[in-house]
Amino acid sequence: MNKEIVIKTDKLTKRFGDFIAVNEISFEVYKGEIFGFLGANGAGKTTAMKMLIGISKPSSGNAAIAGYDVYKQTELIKRNIGYMSQKFSLYEDLTIKENIQLFGGIYGLSDDQIKTKGESLIEKLGLQDEADKLVVSLPLGWKQKLAFSIAILHQPKIVFLDEPTGGVDPITRRQFWDMIYEAADNGITVFVTTHYMDEAEYCHRVSIMVDGVIQALDSPEGLKMRYNAQSMEEVFLMLARGAKRSD
Amino acid sequence: MKQLLIFIRKEFRHILRDYRSMLVLLGLPIVQLLIFGFAITNETRNSSIAILDNAKDETTQKIITKFENSRYFDIDRTLTTNEQIEAAFKSGKIKLAIVFQSNFQNELAHANKAQIQLIADATDPNQATTLVNYASSIIMDYQNELNETNKLPYTIKTETRMLYNPQLKGAYTSVPGVMGMILLLISAMMTSIAIVKEKELGTMEILLVSPMKPWLVILSKAIPYFIISLINVATILILSVFILGLPIQGSLTLLILATVIYIFCALSLGLLISTITETQQEAMLISLLGLMMPVVMLSGYAFPIANMPFVLQALSNVVPAKWYIVIVKGIMIKGIGISQIWKELLILLVMTVLFLTISIKRFKIRL
Amino acid sequence: MKAVELKNIIKTYSTKKETITAVDDVSFSVEEGEIFGLIGPDGAGKTSIFRILTTLLLADKGNAKVLGNDVVKEWKTIRDIIGYMPGRFSLYQDLTVEENLDFFATIFNTTVQENYDLVADIYKQLEPFKTRRAGKLSGGMKQKLALSCALIHKPKILFLDEPTTGVDPVSRKEFWEMLKRLKKQGITILVSTPYMDEAKLCDRIALIQKGKILSINTPVEIVKQFGQNLYAAHSENMFKLLNDLRAFPKTKSCFAFGENHHLTLDGENIEELKNYLAERGHKQLTIREIKPEIEDCFMQLMKAHPNPSQREGL
Repeated sequence: MNKEIVIKTDKLTKRFGDFIAVNEISFEVYKGEIFGFLGANGAGKTTAMKMLIGISKPSSGNAAIAGYDVYKQTELIKRNIGYMSQKFSLYEDLTIKENIQLFGGIYGLSDDQIKTKGESLIEKLGLQDEADKLVVSLPLGWKQKLAFSIAILHQPKIVFLDEPTGGVDPITRRQFWDMIYEAADNGITVFVTTHYMDEAEYCHRVSIMVDGVIQALDSPEGLKMRYNAQSMEEVFLMLARGAKRSD
Repeated sequence: MKQLLIFIRKEFRHILRDYRSMLVLLGLPIVQLLIFGFAITNETRNSSIAILDNAKDETTQKIITKFENSRYFDIDRTLTTNEQIEAAFKSGKIKLAIVFQSNFQNELAHANKAQIQLIADATDPNQATTLVNYASSIIMDYQNELNETNKLPYTIKTETRMLYNPQLKGAYTSVPGVMGMILLLISAMMTSIAIVKEKELGTMEILLVSPMKPWLVILSKAIPYFIISLINVATILILSVFILGLPIQGSLTLLILATVIYIFCALSLGLLISTITETQQEAMLISLLGLMMPVVMLSGYAFPIANMPFVLQALSNVVPAKWYIVIVKGIMIKGIGISQIWKELLILLVMTVLFLTISIKRFKIRL
Repeated sequence: MKAVELKNIIKTYSTKKETITAVDDVSFSVEEGEIFGLIGPDGAGKTSIFRILTTLLLADKGNAKVLGNDVVKEWKTIRDIIGYMPGRFSLYQDLTVEENLDFFATIFNTTVQENYDLVADIYKQLEPFKTRRAGKLSGGMKQKLALSCALIHKPKILFLDEPTTGVDPVSRKEFWEMLKRLKKQGITILVSTPYMDEAKLCDRIALIQKGKILSINTPVEIVKQFGQNLYAAHSENMFKLLNDLRAFPKTKSCFAFGENHHLTLDGENIEELKNYLAERGHKQLTIREIKPEIEDCFMQLMKAHPNPSQREGL
């Protein structure tokens, strides 16, 4: 397998005064990989992710996202990634079509592209009858699937997913992961955070952050072997229990 | 009782910890007072005037007719003695009085000059200046007409007196206006936001489920803003007396009593808003658009009510600030007593009771 | 007396366009001293049920009682004896940990000292941060503080609406350990959660989806009712395996499930399946029979109670 690197960080650090939120993290993520970014609340996940997507300036260290520098080329980074979070994904007071038009437009797709890609997206999700309905009227699981589809509409190199499946029912949650697999198969790198430990098992590689540093990084099998654990939950509990800080 | 005290302490903590809002709340009256000191001049129409004609001759009749025909003025009454002027102004209807000297025509014909005195109610200095200018130009018109046919130019000298506000200070309008606005802003808007915030945060759920009585929740929300409002009243009054040099002519006790009633009225409005809104944003919008706009536009503070179309004039009656501003102007500037403002006070009280009743009826013990 | 009793509760919300039935003819009861879990995804109606029981919401139809008190007529009594932790950790973000606890103690007519022993266990972990504002706490800490606040007046029943949502697995585990200790002190706990793995920590559970109860029983019994052989499959390429398993004609259901795929089959066709997969080039293939988990049961029940907005496939 030709391992093309799409995310590379080198001693990436973020300080808030005396507090070191992210402490010299270094890792690489490869093209087409599903990379699980785990950590307890307050371990520094969110801060690290903000630096990677170019909305927070690192205090020190380096990082290149899709080949672009996180200090100087944040605009280029934003154009080459997709982002979806549990908290904000779509405008609920716009219709499905309008959301597609809006985000397609934001990411610089042409009207023709938006039309053809949007139509195939709607067809694929089986939302033909709902295309002109407000997003607010959709069940949560559908919203999240739609949000993911829109986040990868512009064929980004990397898509960042921040707890995308929180509160979603078990069947839809799996359908969501089917979509993630498919995107990865098409060469989109998936960078995902989750609190569901079974989802950590679906990732190609997983990193676990504790107190601002990456405590472990390997494939789920590798981690289980190393820590002599039955499941990722055990691995996680073992590592995160050692955490000193809670915030 | 302990519940209430603890709750009020908590409210003060919320307020004090949000020091930016706190600064705005306490600093706003000062800034407003200074800004609105330089108010904008506005056109005035159909102002009621009184005429004291000490000459009663042909020339004065002609000039009076000119005033009658002017769209700027309505002659409200004709006076016979100098003493009646003061009374006419205190009635509140008269904005301008025109006094002709005795032997007007004779003086003009023989000495080539005669005198007209213009006395304006300068509680609203912009309006007073405007009216005096209009009146002067009407008189000048007449003088020019006369001079077209005469070789020797006649001069009608106008003498202007600004009643109540001799130096035409903007502060005279801005002080009552700012008080009317700030108190409403703090009491109504801040109280409604503080209550709605609990709904938004989800803490209202816990409060409702607790043994704490709903009215105690409301009361503890209102008290801190009541206190801040009083601090603001003190700031405004101290500023206006010592910095702007605007003395309080009437009774300070009466002024404070009226202010407390007005604050209650504003608090009950805030409560009403909180019962019909679910988010802080909604509460803010309704307070700003539903309360602030009418206060600025319809209270007679920025624009004279007398010049508004009938519908707006009628509408201005439901704006509590309008009545409060009338009261404050009366007490602070004209020095009138309770006998002349009891009607306005009563209106404010009735409004308060009305708002409170509706809010209590609407306040939900459930979600 | 039952701690909680619901009979045929229906609650609908009307918008301009449609009427949504949030709670659809729900009946169940909770025994005193048990931990009862309401398990289901977002939008299942869990919060509405909690609000009806905590007297914050009126049901359209049906009746409900909390410790024998009617939720409509005797709402005042109920409010005095219950502890409630709403879905979002409802704390004052700008007050400190200490101030929050003090405040909630006071409005419930008690003091922190009076019932300290009840919360001591939980509050000890918060003590080092007691002067920190609640808004600056991590999710796990907020959750502990919210629980302390709900407990401080020594309620007879604790209603916890999604107390572990968005909280990391470590804090979740600690939280459940706390609930076990509270149970020992005789407090009845009604808890809701979208995390299926928490179901086995409850004494009894109700699985709920789209306002309807799918099943009520002990976790062990629910698993027993699965009634089919369940297999876990694993190979080198899990994504391909999932697609191939689904394409196998005798596959009844197949879901990714952590490191394995869980599947049920028509009849006993393991050997046939193994050959089928071997033909498709799967290496290091293992298929073994396993015991179902609550999540397997939930998905099976979801399939048995299809609803219009849940479509198959993608």
